[in-house]
Amino acid sequence: MPRPFTPKIVTANHLLEGDVVYLTEDDRWSRHMQDAELIEDEAHAAIRLIDAEQQGNIVVGAYLADAKPGSNGPEPVHFRETFRARGPSNYHHGKQADSLAVAAE
Amino acid sequence: MYRYDEFDTAFLAKRNAQFRSQVERRIAGGLTEDEFKPLRLMNGLYLQLHAYMLRVAIPYGSLDAQKMRKLAELAERWDKGYGHFTTRQNIQYNWPKLRDVPDMLDALAEVGMHAIQTSGNTIRNVTSDHFAGASADEIADPRPYAELIRQWSTDHPEFQFLPRKFKIAITGSPNDRAVTRAHDIGLRMIEKDGKPGFEVIVGGGLGRTPMVGKVIRDFVPENELLPYLEAVVHVYNQHGRRDNKYKARIKITVHENGIDTIRDEVEAAFERTRTEFEGVDERVIARIRDRFRAPALVGGGTEAYEAARQNPVFRAWADTNLSEHRDPDHAIVTISIKAHGQTPGDATAAQMRVMADLAEQYGYDELRISHQQNVILPHVRKADLAAVHEELKAAGLATANVGLASDIIACPGMDYCALATARAIPVAQQLATRIEDLRIEHEVGPLQIKISGCINACGHHHVGHIGILGLDRGGVETYQITLGGDATETAAIGQRTGPGFSYEEIVPAIERLMLAYLETRDDEFETFLQAYRRLGAGPFKEALYGPEKQRDAA
Repeated sequence: MPRPFTPKIVTANHLLEGDVVYLTEDDRWSRHMQDAELIEDEAHAAIRLIDAEQQGNIVVGAYLADAKPGSNGPEPVHFRETFRARGPSNYHHGKQADSLAVAAE
Repeated sequence: MYRYDEFDTAFLAKRNAQFRSQVERRIAGGLTEDEFKPLRLMNGLYLQLHAYMLRVAIPYGSLDAQKMRKLAELAERWDKGYGHFTTRQNIQYNWPKLRDVPDMLDALAEVGMHAIQTSGNTIRNVTSDHFAGASADEIADPRPYAELIRQWSTDHPEFQFLPRKFKIAITGSPNDRAVTRAHDIGLRMIEKDGKPGFEVIVGGGLGRTPMVGKVIRDFVPENELLPYLEAVVHVYNQHGRRDNKYKARIKITVHENGIDTIRDEVEAAFERTRTEFEGVDERVIARIRDRFRAPALVGGGTEAYEAARQNPVFRAWADTNLSEHRDPDHAIVTISIKAHGQTPGDATAAQMRVMADLAEQYGYDELRISHQQNVILPHVRKADLAAVHEELKAAGLATANVGLASDIIACPGMDYCALATARAIPVAQQLATRIEDLRIEHEVGPLQIKISGCINACGHHHVGHIGILGLDRGGVETYQITLGGDATETAAIGQRTGPGFSYEEIVPAIERLMLAYLETRDDEFETFLQAYRRLGAGPFKEALYGPEKQRDAA
């Protein structure tokens, strides 16, 4: 029996700012994980990753990360993605410090 | 301090203009990331977890006030007001934006600094004893040789695409403060028949396959250092495994081929290189020595120091943070940037400026960065120590913990690093805070705790008396403990104690180790490392995991 597919999101770093971005369903790059498209189908995930990789003038290092549905949109599964979505633990820097939701270019 | 010449200035300007154009082409779409990545890495620019990271070289850890102020300026103008000093005597900025990096590099070039060869499969920044030129136990200042190696290795055409990165450390003292046995090449200055030269150690390294380096040649005369190094790196470049990056370091080359085979090949290559280099070392080292200005030390004034020692706060700081200088009227000051609960190795721009001012006013304009992530004022008149201490205190830089349990080395870990498997910084912060709460570190005495957030071991955990390695075990941060590591001339790799601990369990586990040491040591003069060597792992494992019988039953 094939293993059940874990839902995915497409994430990368922004070329100019370097910060973490997520691919949305309507082909934008958002700085907030809850805006990401939660991909439940393996074949669709592969296509969305190719879509992302073709945007090398906007983002760097796109990959598929495990995610789960939450009340406000996708949530991280692995602690690495939790830290990427939040920022470092030693200073209040990064996403946790950015109160405004600004969409990436 | 070494003064750079017009050649260095022109070289940096050209290199920075080249990189500026590469950044512009990347942003405009003329270069893909695959094309751009090796170019940015050659200029010290990484892409990390949350942002880009610029790693700036501090050659052999030496700085002056002007350079330190420039580092502060970068922190304020283009980063978040601080910088992170690393275990390779570099500084890292965690938040630069791609467009700003060419400006940052131009600003650095104004004071002769750069980020060249702080990444990539090249010969990296040469590290050295942070007490170089100052300590009482030194044969000679190793920094002119470090500078010689820097000039030789920068943009060396044969060594720009080595099988893997290559790290050289050099010490001029028998007491090894530069961890030479854990480097691809370690150089230890010795004298033979009254002439200075080097014992050459190869194949040391930490990472996933930790190894203590082996002596490949017991003596290379100082005037043949470069041709010998060229021969070693040449042989490595030929043999090093490019098929597997985990087996590509010279330690594996030496391990797989045997030290004797490598030695023979190096000697054969050396026959050739020594004729090619004939006379170069002597000429260049003489020129470099001319440009290293040793400070003209002002004598006298020790009475003021003795008087200041009546103050218990000053005395506690002096007892831990001062080291013996070659001149009896001076001392070496280690400024701890490990205040309990702070991030090891981080300094704010304001703190950098205070340290620059102190260097200028009291320290003959010299500063050093140690691989232990502290800052050194290598030459301070004893008469001025009380004044220096007062100013450090006002800047939050007077923590009296150098060499003690809270003087922790920690890599950036998963708070910043894209390679990390677990966090290191908050473990160090919580551990130091706990040690401060217990008020036990002066009783515990010399103890080196070193934390890495992945197997690559930037936090030197293998050579920590207590080493902590953060791993990802089934999606959970897990910390393995090693004991008995040693970073000095008696280098040793620590031994794993057993199963790892969770993020919540690791600080109490280290606390139990310290308490077990206090219970089992012979007397207050037996250090943690000595007690471990005498007793073995037994009592420490019991402190970590409970009595052996109970463990068997579990």
